[in-house]
Amino acid sequence: MPFIVIPGPYIKPHFWIIENIKMTRSILSEKTVCYHCGETCLTTRYTIAEKQFCCQGCKAVYTILADNNLCNYYNFNDHPGANRNRLDKRFQYLDEPGIMKELVDYTDDQLTIVTLYIPHIHCSSCIWLLEKLNKFNPAIYYSRIDFLKKQLNVKFNPAAISLRELVELLYDIGYEPLISLQDVIKKQNAEPKDNLVQRIAVAGFCFGNVMLLSFPEYLGLSAFEQSFKHFFGWLNILFCMPAVFYSGWEYFNSAYSNLKNRVLNIDFPLALGIAVLFLRTVTEVITHTGAGFADTLCGLVFFLLVGKFVQRKTYHHISFERDYRSFFPVAVQVITDNGEKPVPIAELKVGQRILLRHNEIIPADAILLKGEALIDFSFVTGESVPVSKTLGEIIYAGGRQTSEAIELEVVKPVSQSYLTQLWNNEVFTRSGNNRMETFNQRVSKYFTIVLLVIAIASLLVWLPNWQRGLAAFTAVLIVACPCALALSTPFTMSAALSIFDKNLFYLKNTAVVEQLAGINTIVFDKTGTITAPADSHVGLNGYLTDHQKQLIYSVCSNSNHPLSRMICHYLGNLEKLPVVNYREVAGMGIMASVGSHEVKIGGGRLLFHKDDGEADATKVLLMVDGVYLGYFTFRQRYRNGLKRIAQLGDDYKLFLLSGDSNHEKDELLSVFKQAERMNFNQSPQDKLDFIRLLHQMNARVMMVGDGLNDAGALKQSDLGIAVTDNVNNFSPGCDAILDGRAFDKLPQFLRFAKNTVSIIHISFLISLTYNLIGLSYAITGLLSPLTAAVLMPLSTATIISFTSIATHIVAKKRNLL
Amino acid sequence: MSIIYFLIGCSVLLALAFLSAFFWAQRSGQNDDLYTPSVRILLDDEQEAVEDK
Repeated sequence: MPFIVIPGPYIKPHFWIIENIKMTRSILSEKTVCYHCGETCLTTRYTIAEKQFCCQGCKAVYTILADNNLCNYYNFNDHPGANRNRLDKRFQYLDEPGIMKELVDYTDDQLTIVTLYIPHIHCSSCIWLLEKLNKFNPAIYYSRIDFLKKQLNVKFNPAAISLRELVELLYDIGYEPLISLQDVIKKQNAEPKDNLVQRIAVAGFCFGNVMLLSFPEYLGLSAFEQSFKHFFGWLNILFCMPAVFYSGWEYFNSAYSNLKNRVLNIDFPLALGIAVLFLRTVTEVITHTGAGFADTLCGLVFFLLVGKFVQRKTYHHISFERDYRSFFPVAVQVITDNGEKPVPIAELKVGQRILLRHNEIIPADAILLKGEALIDFSFVTGESVPVSKTLGEIIYAGGRQTSEAIELEVVKPVSQSYLTQLWNNEVFTRSGNNRMETFNQRVSKYFTIVLLVIAIASLLVWLPNWQRGLAAFTAVLIVACPCALALSTPFTMSAALSIFDKNLFYLKNTAVVEQLAGINTIVFDKTGTITAPADSHVGLNGYLTDHQKQLIYSVCSNSNHPLSRMICHYLGNLEKLPVVNYREVAGMGIMASVGSHEVKIGGGRLLFHKDDGEADATKVLLMVDGVYLGYFTFRQRYRNGLKRIAQLGDDYKLFLLSGDSNHEKDELLSVFKQAERMNFNQSPQDKLDFIRLLHQMNARVMMVGDGLNDAGALKQSDLGIAVTDNVNNFSPGCDAILDGRAFDKLPQFLRFAKNTVSIIHISFLISLTYNLIGLSYAITGLLSPLTAAVLMPLSTATIISFTSIATHIVAKKRNLL
Repeated sequence: MSIIYFLIGCSVLLALAFLSAFFWAQRSGQNDDLYTPSVRILLDDEQEAVEDK
């Protein structure tokens, strides 16, 4: 964790050596990083007090903090800020009472309480600053961070500062809250109200006291101490009551409801074991025939609940259940006769005119009416290069406008847009989980039947002797109570889960590990999944001298167009020359003069006044002083480790589903082997149907995708994995989230999941061995409470230590630790 | 040996006191966020400390 305190500001030396402009090294300046966010500074324009900033936004945040004497923020960590390249502050919609009511937890005249999700919270500086909001505005009474959930709880006086002003303040200091319609926060905070921790506490309390009271019995009590024995016995029963009727009650409930549905799951033998233990203990104490099994009973309940607790691992900061509502904005500006007005997008109607500014998301399918549309569909398709649209064209919802403000007319309501209609598909209304049966479910069916047969057989064997028979019957049920079996899965799975977690692979729950081991078909999406979205590969066709590079860099650095920025990044940090007569022609390119040179950068129409006809690959042509020098190409780079993915072809059937045309078919053939396994030009519905088709062929399918267009396929598959480069950003609903940096480890993950399942099988065998040992005592009807009390914790301890050690060793072997 | 009855009574009462203390802590939300306080305690407010002197 980044909590090392490095005192003092830290700036890399920054100087230029201008000796000989023709020498290669000379025009490269020393790399500087932004004091606020740590990005490389492309320009020296933003400097205050010898501190370099990469953009106006970062500089502005620094100024605000400096004005409020809060620059200590920078002393706890290096570059703690978020990059503030984007400047768009639009929170007018927070003034709408309807929207505000949805967001706040509590409000009256004096006090409003709101919980905001802030993805950027990542270090101690964040805690330090955000808990000092009071210094910015005294109307904020209280601000507390929950670091792991990345949530900020604020109490403020609504008469002095509105919710909008509060959010704008947070925005100004670099912590923009993520406000979406599908409020994830409320759902996460509403934790399951089954009081598991309290029930563990009660079971532990009973277990400890019962052990204390049972100990004299183990050591043997002399004749004159018999009165103590009865006293201890009655106290034990008293302690068993809360353990059975409070802590362990859910096992009876679950066993009953499963029996009603004609399912035999592991809860049935557990409930049976608990009931038999309790009844036998009560009978023995009342009839003075023995000490009972109170210690085993309380221990069993305690360990089982601990197993449940371990299984319930959650990632507070990751949401696996997001749908389109959390992707789209809360409100959009609608143009009415009386000017602009923010309208919640659910109330958006067909025919309304909406205004979208720079960096806003198009909420519904709409026709472009006015302005230059340059739409970034990276969240939808994974393609990072923005698409240019002409007037009158339909723009599908989900794109982000990257150019100036545009006006659109809505043609479909939000819920019926091209992308969101997927959510009306039956896949999303399917409530039950009809996915693969887990090992535990399969085994416990047979286990229960065998257990009952043995128990009844041992009763029948002793039949004329009712007492002995009943003793054997109950002893079998006690000893064979599948405590270790019930614990093997949660402990192995949670150990596996934390190993996946360390390798940036986040699984929704423990059952996903088993699903991961069971699949035999893998379907990949192309754009954004096997290609890296943020990292377009810039290629230069042609030769440029250093001086020409510098000319192009100088011109491009004036433009905010994404392609210009990529060219600047590609050329590196060169010295900027003064640029005059700069002109940017929308959709065509840029022209400018640098010194005595005339530079033209852009498409064929600008340079040669004709189209070159190639619309496929994005090209930027270069011309200096009328001489054509070559062009830049922008292609998406494949993620690292695609070759290793190809090796998966030996064990799994690999398929590719791409929304793109097939111009990369030949390169991908080396991965997917057969051309018919690659499907191009697939719509979101096609992807979903393809998965369904594979299901009909009895394949167990894992879908690896990223954007909203894969959402249907992810949901339809047996196991949906969303690949993302920032786990805090939006990703569609899925079973697991894979950080793009760990993409190359996918084969290891699959093998590790298989090993984990083997570990569960082995630990099942171990627990069976213990059961057999116990059974050999039990069927004789002579099970002593001490044997039971030793066997149960011993088997549990063996299982827990075996599973954690084995998982650790396997993870080491797979290079995951 | 009847002192044992008294002693056991005491020990059970003490254990119940701890159990109820845990319940109180759980209900009042003290265990909701187990991570942030561990960071918060390391952040001292240097500037205010200087003003105090």
